[in-house]
Amino acid sequence: MNKVQSNKAWFLVLPMLLLVAFSAIIPLMTVVNYSVQDVFDPNTRFFTGTEWFVAMLNDPALQGALLRQFAFSFTILAIQIPLGIGIALLMPKQGWRASLVLILVTLPLLIPWNVVGSIWQIFTRGDIGLMGWGLRELGYGYNITRNPLDAWATIILMDVWHWTPLIALLCYSGLRSIPEAYYQAARIDRASRWAVFRYIQLPKLTNVLVIGVLLRFMHSFMIYAEPFVLTGGGPGSSTTFLSQSLAIMAIAQFDVGPSAAFSLIYFLIILLVCWVFYTAIMNLQKDKS
Amino acid sequence: MSWMVWTLPTAVFFSTIAAMLAGMTAWEVISPSVERKGFLPIVTTRGDRLFIGLLSAAYIHLAVIGFTSLSIWLALAVSVVWLLILMRWG
Repeated sequence: MNKVQSNKAWFLVLPMLLLVAFSAIIPLMTVVNYSVQDVFDPNTRFFTGTEWFVAMLNDPALQGALLRQFAFSFTILAIQIPLGIGIALLMPKQGWRASLVLILVTLPLLIPWNVVGSIWQIFTRGDIGLMGWGLRELGYGYNITRNPLDAWATIILMDVWHWTPLIALLCYSGLRSIPEAYYQAARIDRASRWAVFRYIQLPKLTNVLVIGVLLRFMHSFMIYAEPFVLTGGGPGSSTTFLSQSLAIMAIAQFDVGPSAAFSLIYFLIILLVCWVFYTAIMNLQKDKS
Repeated sequence: MSWMVWTLPTAVFFSTIAAMLAGMTAWEVISPSVERKGFLPIVTTRGDRLFIGLLSAAYIHLAVIGFTSLSIWLALAVSVVWLLILMRWG
Protein backbone atom coordinates (compact mmCIF):
# COMPACT_ATOMS: atom_id res chain seq x y z
CA MET A 1 0.00 0.00 0.00
CA ASN A 2 1.26 3.40 -0.92
CA LYS A 3 0.36 5.91 1.73
CA VAL A 4 1.21 9.47 0.78
CA GLN A 5 1.72 11.76 3.70
CA SER A 6 1.03 15.38 2.96
CA ASN A 7 1.50 18.15 5.48
CA LYS A 8 0.15 20.88 3.21
CA ALA A 9 -2.89 21.36 5.43
CA TRP A 10 -0.59 23.04 7.93
CA PHE A 11 -0.49 26.09 5.65
CA LEU A 12 -4.17 26.61 6.45
CA VAL A 13 -3.15 27.23 10.07
CA LEU A 14 -0.89 30.13 9.04
CA PRO A 15 -3.49 32.93 9.39
CA MET A 16 -4.28 31.73 12.90
CA LEU A 17 -0.58 31.60 13.70
CA LEU A 18 -0.17 35.19 12.55
CA LEU A 19 -3.09 36.29 14.68
CA VAL A 20 -1.69 34.49 17.73
CA ALA A 21 1.71 36.00 17.05
CA PHE A 22 0.28 39.49 17.28
CA SER A 23 -2.12 38.84 20.14
CA ALA A 24 0.03 36.59 22.32
CA ILE A 25 3.56 35.75 21.22
CA ILE A 26 4.89 39.25 20.54
CA PRO A 27 3.39 40.69 23.76
CA LEU A 28 4.83 37.75 25.69
CA MET A 29 8.27 38.40 24.18
CA THR A 30 7.95 42.02 25.25
CA VAL A 31 7.16 40.89 28.79
CA VAL A 32 10.33 38.79 28.75
CA ASN A 33 12.29 41.86 27.63
CA TYR A 34 10.77 43.99 30.39
CA SER A 35 11.52 41.38 33.03
CA VAL A 36 15.28 41.79 32.71
CA GLN A 37 15.33 45.58 32.72
CA ASP A 38 14.35 48.62 34.72
CA VAL A 39 12.40 50.55 32.09
CA PHE A 40 11.43 54.20 32.56
CA ASP A 41 10.80 54.87 28.88
CA PRO A 42 12.18 53.28 25.68
CA ASN A 43 15.29 55.48 25.85
CA THR A 44 15.91 55.34 29.59
CA ARG A 45 16.33 51.76 30.65
CA PHE A 46 18.85 49.74 32.59
CA PHE A 47 19.71 46.08 32.29
CA THR A 48 19.10 44.38 35.62
CA GLY A 49 19.54 40.73 34.62
CA THR A 50 17.92 38.32 37.04
CA GLU A 51 17.42 40.85 39.86
CA TRP A 52 13.61 41.06 39.53
CA PHE A 53 13.24 37.29 39.44
CA VAL A 54 15.30 36.93 42.63
CA ALA A 55 13.22 39.63 44.32
CA MET A 56 9.88 38.16 43.21
CA LEU A 57 10.74 34.57 44.18
CA ASN A 58 11.79 35.67 47.66
CA ASP A 59 8.91 38.07 48.32
CA PRO A 60 6.92 36.68 51.30
CA ALA A 61 3.75 38.49 50.20
CA LEU A 62 3.85 36.82 46.79
CA GLN A 63 4.69 33.42 48.27
CA GLY A 64 1.65 33.80 50.51
CA ALA A 65 -0.52 34.78 47.55
CA LEU A 66 0.72 31.75 45.63
CA LEU A 67 -0.13 29.36 48.46
CA ARG A 68 -3.57 30.92 48.88
CA GLN A 69 -4.09 30.66 45.14
CA PHE A 70 -3.37 26.93 45.10
CA ALA A 71 -5.54 26.39 48.18
CA PHE A 72 -8.38 28.28 46.49
CA SER A 73 -8.09 26.53 43.13
CA PHE A 74 -7.96 23.03 44.60
CA THR A 75 -10.79 23.71 47.03
CA ILE A 76 -13.16 24.92 44.34
CA LEU A 77 -12.18 22.03 42.04
CA ALA A 78 -12.82 19.53 44.83
CA ILE A 79 -16.28 21.00 45.33
CA GLN A 80 -17.32 21.93 41.79
CA ILE A 81 -16.39 18.75 39.93
CA PRO A 82 -18.39 16.26 42.07
CA LEU A 83 -21.21 18.76 42.50
CA GLY A 84 -21.34 19.46 38.76
CA ILE A 85 -21.48 15.73 37.95
CA GLY A 86 -24.20 15.29 40.54
CA ILE A 87 -26.32 18.11 39.13
CA ALA A 88 -25.87 16.79 35.59
CA LEU A 89 -27.07 13.34 36.68
CA LEU A 90 -30.16 14.82 38.29
CA MET A 91 -31.12 17.05 35.37
CA PRO A 92 -34.19 15.88 33.39
CA LYS A 93 -33.33 14.28 30.06
CA GLN A 94 -36.06 15.59 27.79
CA GLY A 95 -39.23 17.61 27.46
CA TRP A 96 -39.95 21.15 28.63
CA ARG A 97 -38.49 20.40 32.04
CA ALA A 98 -35.07 19.77 30.46
CA SER A 99 -35.14 23.15 28.71
CA LEU A 100 -36.32 24.95 31.83
CA VAL A 101 -33.67 23.36 34.05
CA LEU A 102 -30.97 24.07 31.46
CA ILE A 103 -31.88 27.77 31.44
CA LEU A 104 -32.04 27.98 35.23
CA VAL A 105 -28.71 26.20 35.64
CA THR A 106 -27.02 28.39 33.03
CA LEU A 107 -28.14 31.69 34.50
CA PRO A 108 -25.15 32.28 36.83
CA LEU A 109 -22.76 31.76 33.90
CA LEU A 110 -24.27 34.71 32.06
CA ILE A 111 -23.47 37.21 34.80
CA PRO A 112 -20.27 39.25 34.39
CA TRP A 113 -17.56 38.79 37.00
CA ASN A 114 -17.84 42.26 38.46
CA VAL A 115 -21.59 41.93 38.83
CA VAL A 116 -21.20 38.57 40.57
CA GLY A 117 -18.85 40.28 43.02
CA SER A 118 -21.35 43.09 43.60
CA ILE A 119 -24.29 40.72 44.00
CA TRP A 120 -22.44 38.78 46.68
CA GLN A 121 -21.09 41.92 48.28
CA ILE A 122 -24.65 43.11 48.84
CA PHE A 123 -25.92 39.60 49.66
CA THR A 124 -23.39 39.25 52.49
CA ARG A 125 -23.78 42.69 54.05
CA GLY A 126 -24.86 42.55 57.66
CA ASP A 127 -27.41 45.35 57.43
CA ILE A 128 -29.21 44.87 54.09
CA GLY A 129 -27.88 41.57 52.68
CA LEU A 130 -30.11 38.54 53.02
CA MET A 131 -27.30 36.12 53.87
CA GLY A 132 -25.35 38.49 56.11
CA TRP A 133 -28.43 39.66 57.96
CA GLY A 134 -29.86 36.14 58.17
CA LEU A 135 -26.70 34.61 59.62
CA ARG A 136 -26.46 37.39 62.19
CA GLU A 137 -30.08 36.92 63.18
CA LEU A 138 -29.32 33.23 63.66
CA GLY A 139 -26.65 34.23 66.13
CA TYR A 140 -23.47 33.87 64.07
CA GLY A 141 -21.30 36.99 63.99
CA TYR A 142 -20.77 36.79 60.24
CA ASN A 143 -18.44 39.51 58.91
CA ILE A 144 -16.36 39.15 55.75
CA THR A 145 -14.48 42.37 56.34
CA ARG A 146 -13.17 41.25 59.72
CA ASN A 147 -13.11 37.45 59.80
CA PRO A 148 -10.78 35.76 57.24
CA LEU A 149 -12.63 32.45 57.56
CA ASP A 150 -15.94 34.11 56.63
CA ALA A 151 -14.28 35.84 53.69
CA TRP A 152 -12.82 32.58 52.44
CA ALA A 153 -16.04 30.63 52.81
CA THR A 154 -17.94 33.37 50.99
CA ILE A 155 -15.49 33.55 48.09
CA ILE A 156 -15.56 29.78 47.67
CA LEU A 157 -19.36 29.75 47.88
CA MET A 158 -19.49 32.54 45.30
CA ASP A 159 -17.21 30.71 42.90
CA VAL A 160 -19.14 27.47 43.34
CA TRP A 161 -22.36 29.34 42.63
CA HIS A 162 -20.90 31.04 39.57
CA TRP A 163 -19.02 28.17 37.94
CA THR A 164 -20.50 24.80 38.97
CA PRO A 165 -23.07 25.27 36.16
CA LEU A 166 -20.24 25.09 33.63
CA ILE A 167 -19.21 21.65 34.89
CA ALA A 168 -22.85 20.60 35.07
CA LEU A 169 -23.46 21.69 31.47
CA LEU A 170 -20.34 19.96 30.18
CA CYS A 171 -21.26 16.75 32.01
CA TYR A 172 -24.87 17.01 30.85
CA SER A 173 -23.75 17.13 27.21
CA GLY A 174 -21.36 14.25 27.89
CA LEU A 175 -24.15 12.19 29.42
CA ARG A 176 -26.49 12.91 26.50
CA SER A 177 -23.96 11.45 24.06
CA ILE A 178 -24.06 8.00 25.68
CA PRO A 179 -26.09 5.65 23.42
CA GLU A 180 -29.20 4.14 25.00
CA ALA A 181 -27.87 0.66 24.18
CA TYR A 182 -25.34 0.91 27.01
CA TYR A 183 -28.11 1.46 29.55
CA GLN A 184 -30.16 -1.38 28.06
CA ALA A 185 -27.18 -3.72 28.38
CA ALA A 186 -26.71 -2.58 31.97
CA ARG A 187 -30.38 -3.30 32.73
CA ILE A 188 -30.08 -6.78 31.23
CA ASP A 189 -27.08 -7.41 33.50
CA ARG A 190 -29.09 -5.97 36.41
CA ALA A 191 -26.28 -3.51 37.09
CA SER A 192 -26.73 -1.31 40.14
CA ARG A 193 -27.12 2.46 39.82
CA TRP A 194 -23.55 2.84 41.12
CA ALA A 195 -22.18 0.33 38.58
CA VAL A 196 -23.90 2.21 35.76
CA PHE A 197 -22.30 5.43 36.95
CA ARG A 198 -18.87 3.94 37.56
CA TYR A 199 -18.51 1.82 34.41
CA ILE A 200 -20.70 3.58 31.83
CA GLN A 201 -21.23 7.22 32.70
CA LEU A 202 -17.96 8.18 34.34
CA PRO A 203 -15.69 6.75 31.59
CA LYS A 204 -17.78 8.56 28.96
CA LEU A 205 -17.45 11.76 30.96
CA THR A 206 -13.64 11.66 31.09
CA ASN A 207 -13.18 13.84 28.02
CA VAL A 208 -15.51 16.60 29.12
CA LEU A 209 -14.14 16.43 32.65
CA VAL A 210 -10.59 16.96 31.36
CA ILE A 211 -11.76 20.11 29.64
CA GLY A 212 -13.82 21.10 32.66
CA VAL A 213 -10.97 20.64 35.14
CA LEU A 214 -8.53 22.49 32.89
CA LEU A 215 -10.90 25.39 32.28
CA ARG A 216 -11.87 25.68 35.93
CA PHE A 217 -8.28 25.43 37.11
CA MET A 218 -7.03 28.14 34.76
CA HIS A 219 -10.06 30.32 35.43
CA SER A 220 -9.76 30.05 39.18
CA PHE A 221 -6.01 30.45 39.08
CA MET A 222 -6.48 33.78 37.32
CA ILE A 223 -9.46 34.92 39.39
CA TYR A 224 -9.46 38.66 39.85
CA ALA A 225 -12.68 40.66 39.67
CA GLU A 226 -14.87 38.64 42.03
CA PRO A 227 -12.70 38.67 45.18
CA PHE A 228 -11.58 42.19 44.30
CA VAL A 229 -15.14 43.46 44.41
CA LEU A 230 -16.28 41.23 47.27
CA THR A 231 -13.44 41.54 49.78
CA GLY A 232 -10.82 43.70 48.08
CA GLY A 233 -8.29 41.03 49.03
CA GLY A 234 -8.95 41.46 52.73
CA PRO A 235 -9.24 41.23 55.64
CA GLY A 236 -5.54 42.03 55.65
CA SER A 237 -4.24 40.05 52.72
CA SER A 238 -6.09 36.84 53.54
CA THR A 239 -7.94 36.69 50.21
CA THR A 240 -5.39 38.44 48.01
CA PHE A 241 -4.72 36.08 45.12
CA LEU A 242 -1.98 36.17 42.51
CA SER A 243 -3.61 38.32 39.86
CA GLN A 244 -4.56 40.95 42.40
CA SER A 245 -0.99 41.12 43.70
CA LEU A 246 0.12 41.46 40.11
CA ALA A 247 -2.40 44.20 39.33
CA ILE A 248 -1.34 46.22 42.36
CA MET A 249 2.28 45.96 41.29
CA ALA A 250 1.81 46.59 37.58
CA ILE A 251 -1.00 49.15 37.53
CA ALA A 252 -1.13 50.82 40.92
CA GLN A 253 2.63 51.07 41.46
CA PHE A 254 3.68 50.85 37.80
CA ASP A 255 6.63 48.56 38.59
CA VAL A 256 6.75 47.06 35.11
CA GLY A 257 10.05 45.20 35.56
CA PRO A 258 9.12 43.25 38.72
CA SER A 259 5.59 42.61 37.49
CA ALA A 260 6.92 41.28 34.19
CA ALA A 261 9.16 38.86 36.09
CA PHE A 262 6.23 37.91 38.29
CA SER A 263 3.97 37.38 35.24
CA LEU A 264 6.49 34.99 33.73
CA ILE A 265 6.67 32.94 36.94
CA TYR A 266 2.85 32.95 37.08
CA PHE A 267 2.72 31.83 33.42
CA LEU A 268 5.23 29.02 34.02
CA ILE A 269 3.19 27.69 36.94
CA ILE A 270 -0.01 27.63 34.86
CA LEU A 271 1.83 26.03 31.96
CA LEU A 272 3.26 23.28 34.16
CA VAL A 273 0.04 22.48 36.00
CA CYS A 274 -2.01 22.38 32.78
CA TRP A 275 0.54 20.21 31.05
CA VAL A 276 0.62 17.77 33.96
CA PHE A 277 -3.19 17.62 34.13
CA TYR A 278 -3.52 17.12 30.41
CA THR A 279 -0.78 14.49 30.10
CA ALA A 280 -1.94 12.56 33.14
CA ILE A 281 -5.55 12.33 32.03
CA MET A 282 -4.75 11.62 28.38
CA ASN A 283 -2.43 8.79 29.43
CA LEU A 284 -5.01 7.34 31.78
CA GLN A 285 -7.30 7.04 28.78
CA LYS A 286 -4.62 5.51 26.60
CA ASP A 287 -3.92 2.84 29.23
CA LYS A 288 -7.58 1.94 29.34
CA SER A 289 -7.97 1.51 25.59
CA MET B 1 10.61 47.68 17.39
CA SER B 2 11.87 50.05 20.06
CA TRP B 3 8.67 49.59 22.09
CA MET B 4 9.67 45.97 22.61
CA VAL B 5 12.77 47.19 24.51
CA TRP B 6 15.05 44.45 23.20
CA THR B 7 18.25 43.52 25.00
CA LEU B 8 21.03 41.33 23.69
CA PRO B 9 20.43 38.41 26.13
CA THR B 10 16.71 38.21 25.37
CA ALA B 11 17.37 38.49 21.61
CA VAL B 12 19.84 35.59 21.87
CA PHE B 13 17.30 33.64 23.94
CA PHE B 14 14.49 34.04 21.43
CA SER B 15 16.76 33.38 18.44
CA THR B 16 17.85 30.13 20.07
CA ILE B 17 14.23 29.08 20.65
CA ALA B 18 13.33 29.99 17.05
CA ALA B 19 16.36 28.10 15.74
CA MET B 20 15.36 25.07 17.84
CA LEU B 21 11.81 25.12 16.41
CA ALA B 22 13.12 25.50 12.86
CA GLY B 23 15.62 22.70 13.47
CA MET B 24 12.90 20.43 14.89
CA THR B 25 10.75 21.11 11.82
CA ALA B 26 13.59 20.25 9.44
CA TRP B 27 14.40 17.11 11.45
CA GLU B 28 10.73 16.07 11.35
CA VAL B 29 10.66 16.48 7.55
CA ILE B 30 13.87 14.49 7.07
CA SER B 31 12.97 11.70 9.48
CA PRO B 32 9.48 11.81 11.04
CA SER B 33 9.38 11.32 14.80
CA VAL B 34 8.15 8.02 16.24
CA GLU B 35 6.42 7.90 19.62
CA ARG B 36 8.47 5.91 22.09
CA LYS B 37 8.87 5.28 25.77
CA GLY B 38 12.18 6.00 27.47
CA PHE B 39 12.87 6.65 31.13
CA LEU B 40 9.97 9.09 31.36
CA PRO B 41 6.77 7.43 32.60
CA ILE B 42 4.89 8.49 29.46
CA VAL B 43 5.12 7.81 25.74
CA THR B 44 6.61 10.88 24.07
CA THR B 45 7.49 12.23 20.65
CA ARG B 46 10.57 14.32 19.97
CA GLY B 47 8.56 17.53 20.30
CA ASP B 48 7.12 16.42 23.66
CA ARG B 49 10.61 15.79 24.97
CA LEU B 50 11.82 19.20 23.77
CA PHE B 51 8.86 20.84 25.50
CA ILE B 52 9.51 18.94 28.74
CA GLY B 53 13.19 19.86 28.50
CA LEU B 54 12.50 23.57 27.97
CA LEU B 55 9.89 23.72 30.71
CA SER B 56 12.17 22.02 33.21
CA ALA B 57 15.00 24.31 32.08
CA ALA B 58 12.82 27.29 33.06
CA TYR B 59 12.24 25.80 36.52
CA ILE B 60 15.92 24.91 36.95
CA HIS B 61 16.86 28.52 36.19
CA LEU B 62 14.23 29.89 38.56
CA ALA B 63 15.33 27.56 41.36
CA VAL B 64 19.01 28.38 40.92
CA ILE B 65 18.68 32.15 40.75
CA GLY B 66 15.86 32.39 43.26
CA PHE B 67 16.99 30.11 46.05
CA THR B 68 20.75 29.66 45.67
CA SER B 69 23.67 32.02 45.11
CA LEU B 70 25.07 29.87 42.29
CA SER B 71 25.77 31.35 38.86
CA ILE B 72 23.02 31.35 36.25
CA TRP B 73 25.53 29.79 33.83
CA LEU B 74 25.53 26.70 36.01
CA ALA B 75 21.74 26.52 35.63
CA LEU B 76 22.16 26.87 31.87
CA ALA B 77 24.78 24.09 31.74
CA VAL B 78 22.61 21.75 33.83
CA SER B 79 19.60 22.54 31.62
CA VAL B 80 21.48 21.82 28.40
CA VAL B 81 22.81 18.51 29.71
CA TRP B 82 19.33 17.59 30.98
CA LEU B 83 17.78 18.52 27.63
CA LEU B 84 20.27 16.34 25.76
CA ILE B 85 19.69 13.39 28.10
CA LEU B 86 15.95 13.86 27.70
CA MET B 87 16.12 14.02 23.91
CA ARG B 88 18.27 10.90 23.69
CA TRP B 89 16.91 8.61 26.41
CA GLY B 90 13.66 10.24 27.60
